[in-house]
Amino acid sequence: MRPEKILELVKILESHEIDEIEISRWGQRIRIAKKSNAQAPAEVEITPAPHKAKKIQQQLAETVTFESKPAVTEEFNHKGVEVKSPIVGTFYRAPAPDAESYVNIGDSVAVGQPLCIIEAMKIMNVIEAEIPGKVVKILVENTQPVEYNQTLFIIEKE
Amino acid sequence: MIKKLLIANRGEIALRVIRACKELNIPTVAVYSVADALSLHVRFADEAVCIGPADSKNSYLKMAQIISAAEVTNADAIHPGYGFLAENADFAQMCEDNEIIFVGPKPIAIRTMGDKAQARETVKKAGVPIIPGSETVVKNSEEIKRFAEIHGYPIILKASAGGGGRGMRIVRQIAELENAYSNAREEAQKAFGNSDLYVEKLIEDARHIEVQIIGDNYGNIIHLGERECSIQRRHQKLIEESPSPVVDAELREKLGKIAIRAAKAVKYTSAGTIEFLMDKKRNFYFMEMNTRIQVEHPVTEMVTGIDLVKEQIRLARGEKIPKWMKKFNLRGHAIECRINAENPAKNFLPSPGKIQVFHAPGGPGTRMDTHVYAGYEIPSHYDSLLGKLITHGKDRMEAIIRMERALDETIVEGVPTTIPFHKAILKNEAFRTGDFNIAFLNNFKF
Repeated sequence: MRPEKILELVKILESHEIDEIEISRWGQRIRIAKKSNAQAPAEVEITPAPHKAKKIQQQLAETVTFESKPAVTEEFNHKGVEVKSPIVGTFYRAPAPDAESYVNIGDSVAVGQPLCIIEAMKIMNVIEAEIPGKVVKILVENTQPVEYNQTLFIIEKE
Repeated sequence: MIKKLLIANRGEIALRVIRACKELNIPTVAVYSVADALSLHVRFADEAVCIGPADSKNSYLKMAQIISAAEVTNADAIHPGYGFLAENADFAQMCEDNEIIFVGPKPIAIRTMGDKAQARETVKKAGVPIIPGSETVVKNSEEIKRFAEIHGYPIILKASAGGGGRGMRIVRQIAELENAYSNAREEAQKAFGNSDLYVEKLIEDARHIEVQIIGDNYGNIIHLGERECSIQRRHQKLIEESPSPVVDAELREKLGKIAIRAAKAVKYTSAGTIEFLMDKKRNFYFMEMNTRIQVEHPVTEMVTGIDLVKEQIRLARGEKIPKWMKKFNLRGHAIECRINAENPAKNFLPSPGKIQVFHAPGGPGTRMDTHVYAGYEIPSHYDSLLGKLITHGKDRMEAIIRMERALDETIVEGVPTTIPFHKAILKNEAFRTGDFNIAFLNNFKF
């Protein structure tokens, strides 16, 4: 590989949040890596990847209590709070197939108000809001499977 | 048929099951706790579902979460691995109730063998030798005396409520009996608030010999030879091998027959292990049955050439034990060392942390089953097993030398491991000549 090409790769590496690049072509292989810092950046990826473990889970959740119905919530940014699934199951936005959704984007919710249902082992678990606020994002499609700790909603505190 | 299999476990065994599934062309689902998001089983499975927080009580042991994970991914079978829910009859039942194939025995077999007293009773009826003991609590020293007259000294008194050596006394001759009896009662009372004792014949200098068996859904059960697991530290096996240095073809046949009898007593339908204690005169006694795949299964795989995990899955989907398997041949000798993240210089203190550098050994007759890699953070929530190193040689000596070579090649930097301890054991003369028993590590100087 030509040196200019390598320099180009180095630039890509530096200007983006990538730790390493590996390219193999015509039997040649080049790998460029940043010096690994002891700590990997603790970032939370919030794209909903249904039961595909491609994302880097934040270890934070260890402190989250895990029991019964209330959703797990976590600070998202200065205003938004992530509502995470406390269980594995199937996500439903409404209590019945032809019923109105519990919440829509823009709705204000109060503490204890149902947000969605997660069906696990034929049991409908109603997930309730733990904080009051406005629903700004719904990250899971109706009837999609969700895993533990997966972000379902983002609620903006009022 | 199994269309998709979920592995209800973590670590190296989860990886082991994924490998078996890949070879059987069965898609896999890994489940993991938030502490295991970067674990290899999550990476190598076709799908992965996060099932809970780091503590296993709320993740790997949470039955409802695991069944839900199977439901949302349409997995129609669950392999429990070892530990966690592997010997939980309720979980096996729950799988059955949800029309999920549990890769293991039927719930009733797990339940029966999981209860010590019931297991003893069941196999005794089937003609399996058990350690002679008083079936119930002894009422007085006279009763013990009568027991010893029948079965001979030494005997051991044990607290019926107890464990951990308290309320325990070894009696070698009749003169010691009265004293030991009152001392043990007193100690048991203090420790457990209950002075009840029972008595057992003491099997001295015993070896731990176990027999691998497999059964299908059609009443066929075969054995696949024995494993020697006498190198233990506090009942934790460290080195296992197959065949045992003291078991010959004739004894193997006998052990196998008895083991099959025990398995037949519970109509066993999967891979399982019957554990025996064997004394110096090569009398053996049933200890317990493990109704699951065992950590040390690779040594049997190496000498028989049979992939036990794959067989387990095949049996679970209703296949028969192939005829050729009944006439298995043992080829050479295999040894396994369990490499734990423990510090042998500090009384085996568990040492979670980050593995900075990792290099697995290779070469002929060398197998490493591990879930770790460079940069892997060992979570503090689970057991300390980092991997299992298995070597296979044409005979025991070659396997030992190969193991020493492979241990030399193994590089783990960042956390202390049991590798130096293994090296020391392998050098030991008694180990090399095969002259050891379950007390070996009690007197071993490291």
